[in-house]
Amino acid sequence: MADVKKIATRESYGNALVEVGKENPNVIVLDADLANATKTNIFQKEFPDRHIDCGIAECNMTGIAAGLATCGKIPFISSFAMFAAGRNYEQIRNSIGYPHLNVKIGATHAGITVGEDGASHQCLEDIALMRAIPGMTVIVPADDTEAKAAVHAAVDYEGPVFLRFGRAGVPVINDPATYKFEMGKGVLLREGKDVTIVATGITVSASLEAAEALAAEGIDAEVINIHTIKPLDEDIIVKSASKTGVVITAEEHSVIGGLGSAVCDCICAKHPVPVYKIGINDQFGESGSAGALVAKYGLDAAGIAKSVKGFLKK
Amino acid sequence: MNKLELQKKANDVRKGIVTAVHGAGAGHPGGSLSAADIYTYLYFEEMNIDPKDPKKKDRDRFVLSKGHTAPGLYSVLANRGYFPVEDLPTLRHLGSYLQGHPCMQETPGVDMSSGSLGQGISAAVGMALAAKLDNASYRTYTLLGDGEIEEGQVWEAAMFAGAKKLDNLVVIVDNNGLQIDGPIEQVNNPYPIDKKFEAFNFHVININGNDFDEIDAAFKEARKTKGCPTAIIAKTLKGKGVSFMEGAVGWHGKAPNDEEYAIAMADLEKIGAELGGE
Repeated sequence: MADVKKIATRESYGNALVEVGKENPNVIVLDADLANATKTNIFQKEFPDRHIDCGIAECNMTGIAAGLATCGKIPFISSFAMFAAGRNYEQIRNSIGYPHLNVKIGATHAGITVGEDGASHQCLEDIALMRAIPGMTVIVPADDTEAKAAVHAAVDYEGPVFLRFGRAGVPVINDPATYKFEMGKGVLLREGKDVTIVATGITVSASLEAAEALAAEGIDAEVINIHTIKPLDEDIIVKSASKTGVVITAEEHSVIGGLGSAVCDCICAKHPVPVYKIGINDQFGESGSAGALVAKYGLDAAGIAKSVKGFLKK
Repeated sequence: MNKLELQKKANDVRKGIVTAVHGAGAGHPGGSLSAADIYTYLYFEEMNIDPKDPKKKDRDRFVLSKGHTAPGLYSVLANRGYFPVEDLPTLRHLGSYLQGHPCMQETPGVDMSSGSLGQGISAAVGMALAAKLDNASYRTYTLLGDGEIEEGQVWEAAMFAGAKKLDNLVVIVDNNGLQIDGPIEQVNNPYPIDKKFEAFNFHVININGNDFDEIDAAFKEARKTKGCPTAIIAKTLKGKGVSFMEGAVGWHGKAPNDEEYAIAMADLEKIGAELGGE
């Protein structure tokens, strides 16, 4: 996929905020001294009065967003996933989740592709934290097209939404002219009969590439993009599992509590077949380039293909 | 309302607090009673609200940041006509709309869910900010405990409110001097409270929070204060009005038994009689 255009989904976030900002005057964007990194500075240039920099105080930013939402605003709070979901967990749980307020959480720099900053900034637990909150919608877009569509969908939906974006560029695999995003609906990207690969975020394009490599070795993989981890599209997963008989999940997140766990919850109850998880195996990340890290942790196409083959031999 | 009317109303609010906590068999009477005069002043004198239209768009907002003193908020809301006073004893019962801590989806008149200390003030700041963004005239009030201000988020919120010059925001600190583990200066001394808020660019007013003349003057002064938020540091007596609860740290989070309830209500009846109540 070397010739495919790559765009970081944090960039998509910033650009989409301008689009929804133009459509809806109630959209307010809050940041915590990271506007240049989260790309909310794109919104800030267009709508300086509706961009609130709260300084380095994420917990207060979260509470301010809650207060704004009670007054009819649609606030987007923005920070690195580590702080947006981690530091803020209880503020999100009690000030946004419990009263089910219409706040959107734009969590950028998620996962190990934060890269050189290292483990302190590489959030691998945010999906687990957020999906445990009742009523929280959790979305992990796979590319620029999907990320922008997700921001629009979040504005159209009344209630809290967690949006997970990345720092590093990812291939644009969806055509913006034809792509239709539906919150809570998985996307069947490649049909196959031997194994189901369920991916989210950056592992979606990597899984598609892995499927091609596996096909060359006689393994016909089905690839499903689960952009909405909560609520989970159980039907598409069960349907595929009943066809292939084995499910492998792939995510840039801890194998504890993320997409893999959500899929296991579903498969255990509705159509028990073996499920194997590709992700970060209960450990912290480290410094390195995004590319080197996804390779080391087996989240690139080669790593996913290798893991799939390994699991199928079991 | 004149001072005597407010005093009588505050006494009714105190009866409601004791009744609610007794009915619940649990809850936080001490800090509800200490702040009863402030609750009463806010809901019967200061705030632009309508119990028949609790979500009125241009209403003034109140966030109970010290959410554990929900019995005080519920009692004042009931006495103000948001819901029947007779429902107060359902506090904390299964299925009741009077949850242990304020829940905006359950209880008419509650503008923000709260209870996790330090978070309410941030929501209040957000409401004040919304009014500024919309050029709206409503004001936002938030009540904090003096133990609560040990939470770091309070100072994040205070810094932001001061920096953004939110003069439509009034922060009230119920300085009753006691938290669960003991006197505040012994647990983790937050004093001087006034100087801290001054340093965060607030206009600060120190008052006796159980004296309606001083309460009235402070809120009038806050209304006139432009260009910065106001903090009212209200020195109060924890458990005020109930003889055996006054100044007693043990009554922070404990319900009276039947015998104690009778004594408490007799105390409050006596105060009511002295005020010339019916």
